Amino acid sequence: MEGFETFDAAGTEGVTDVRTQEMFINMGPQHPSTHGVLRVLLKADGEVIAAARPYVGYIHRCAEKIGEVLPLEQFTPYTDRYDYLSAMNNNLGYCLAVEKLCGIEVPERAQYIRVIVAELNRIASHLVAFGTYGLDLGAFTPFCYAFRDREWILSLFERLCGARLTYNYVCIGGVRHDLPEGFAEGTRNFCDHMEKTWKEYDTLLTRNPIFLQRTAGIGVVSPGEARAWGFTGPCLRGSGVAYDLRRARPYLVYDKLDFEIPTGKGEAGVQGDCWDRYYVRMLEILESIKIVRQCLDVLPGGEVRAKVSKALKAPEKEVYLGVENPRGELGHYIVGDGKKAAYRMRVRGPSFANLTILGKLLEGAMIADAVAIIGSLDIVLGEVDR
Amino acid sequence: MAMEFPVIAKLLEGRFPQAVKGAVTDKGDPWIEVSPGGIVEVLAFLKEEGGLEFDLLLMVTGVDRPDGEGGGEIEVVYHLASTTQGGELVLKVRLPREKPLCPTVTGVHPGALWHERETYDMLGVEFTGHPDLRRILCPEDWVGHPLRKDYEYPEEYGGISAK
Repeated sequence: MEGFETFDAAGTEGVTDVRTQEMFINMGPQHPSTHGVLRVLLKADGEVIAAARPYVGYIHRCAEKIGEVLPLEQFTPYTDRYDYLSAMNNNLGYCLAVEKLCGIEVPERAQYIRVIVAELNRIASHLVAFGTYGLDLGAFTPFCYAFRDREWILSLFERLCGARLTYNYVCIGGVRHDLPEGFAEGTRNFCDHMEKTWKEYDTLLTRNPIFLQRTAGIGVVSPGEARAWGFTGPCLRGSGVAYDLRRARPYLVYDKLDFEIPTGKGEAGVQGDCWDRYYVRMLEILESIKIVRQCLDVLPGGEVRAKVSKALKAPEKEVYLGVENPRGELGHYIVGDGKKAAYRMRVRGPSFANLTILGKLLEGAMIADAVAIIGSLDIVLGEVDR
Repeated sequence: MAMEFPVIAKLLEGRFPQAVKGAVTDKGDPWIEVSPGGIVEVLAFLKEEGGLEFDLLLMVTGVDRPDGEGGGEIEVVYHLASTTQGGELVLKVRLPREKPLCPTVTGVHPGALWHERETYDMLGVEFTGHPDLRRILCPEDWVGHPLRKDYEYPEEYGGISAK
């Protein structure tokens, strides 16, 4: 064959004219391990990524533009759809921002119910992160277990509001309706079950030698870099920065609850590597169980929804409110001008901000690690593109 | 404990008398208005100064105000937080709507890279010195900036009717 003659004649010895060529590899937008429609163009120098350029926007649905058109209370269902793995948290972030803008007080029972559903949704979201991360790296079994347990939460939510993914349950002034009969008991049962199976998951994946080789010391983000690049949530805490909005600027009743903020310590490799980000999420599942139990213990009686005017208008003010979503800080910046719809509705999606670093993080990494790095950021493209 | 807003505002006004144009406190969350030329140095100061340490740029965004004087304005809004002190701060830069030019802050906060691209995409603010100012959410050949108040919906895109 042409070009092989030199090789054949000389063997490997004495061959001096071996050249490598840079190559472009297109990853996505239809690639199962990008967790949605993310496209990354890789410039590969052999097995090493010389440069990477992410492209987003494939499922941009103009959420902010819609927010300028619809009345405030009609925008809630749209919030379900940015990060569809944690819709309760999105509802909550939006409603808290509107309540801050319009000065609405939420009854105490509703505040506790909101914390319960938000934390349950955080567990469900972290279970998906755990399962799909294993799947990305070739471990299929954890995925099946994680989805089995997530199903339990989805069933609870289904009884609560009829929906399994897009709940529209948290609403301006409180929650749509009270907890159904048996919900508290079902949630307690789930917490007991989850605590047991958590140990199994930990045994299955956390210290698995193959998993460790794929994640420890890979995709390292130093604490300084994490802050400079606008990381929030488990990604920021994975780099060792103990910053959690539930503690830093507590909302609802988080200041009355007892929970820890897990941070990455570099136990398996280097602080801020893929493994640290993974393990912070794992530990957060346990903290969320703790929070849910405390809320169920002290759940007060009373109303679950404040009286909110049917013709709610956004006053001429502007507010920003951030909440701790499973993926980081979800912020709503709402500018009002006295009309029913907001004048400007800006949504700060944590996945969008956490993904900004990707191009830099992939530079110098092996191609095989690209999937491990993207998966460790745990993004939902619905939220990146909004 | 995070520093109170009036203290921060006074500190900035004393330190940057040219760049800082004043504070607005009567419209919800208070903010500090900064001139376009001064935004980079103010952000750098806020990031490094002990007791403030606004090390996390949460987002950069914009608001279109077409009804203001002289053809209207576009406000570029910077939301900051501190991971060590726990405070939050809002800064604003006002630009003429006809020619919205604003220096990039990616030198201080590299995380602004995509936020500035989105602000360019949605509102047409040109961030001078930005290393990669392209559209981010809309397709590259999209016409217009959708979050401008006078944006007109396209008739069609790529042969598909958009009405």
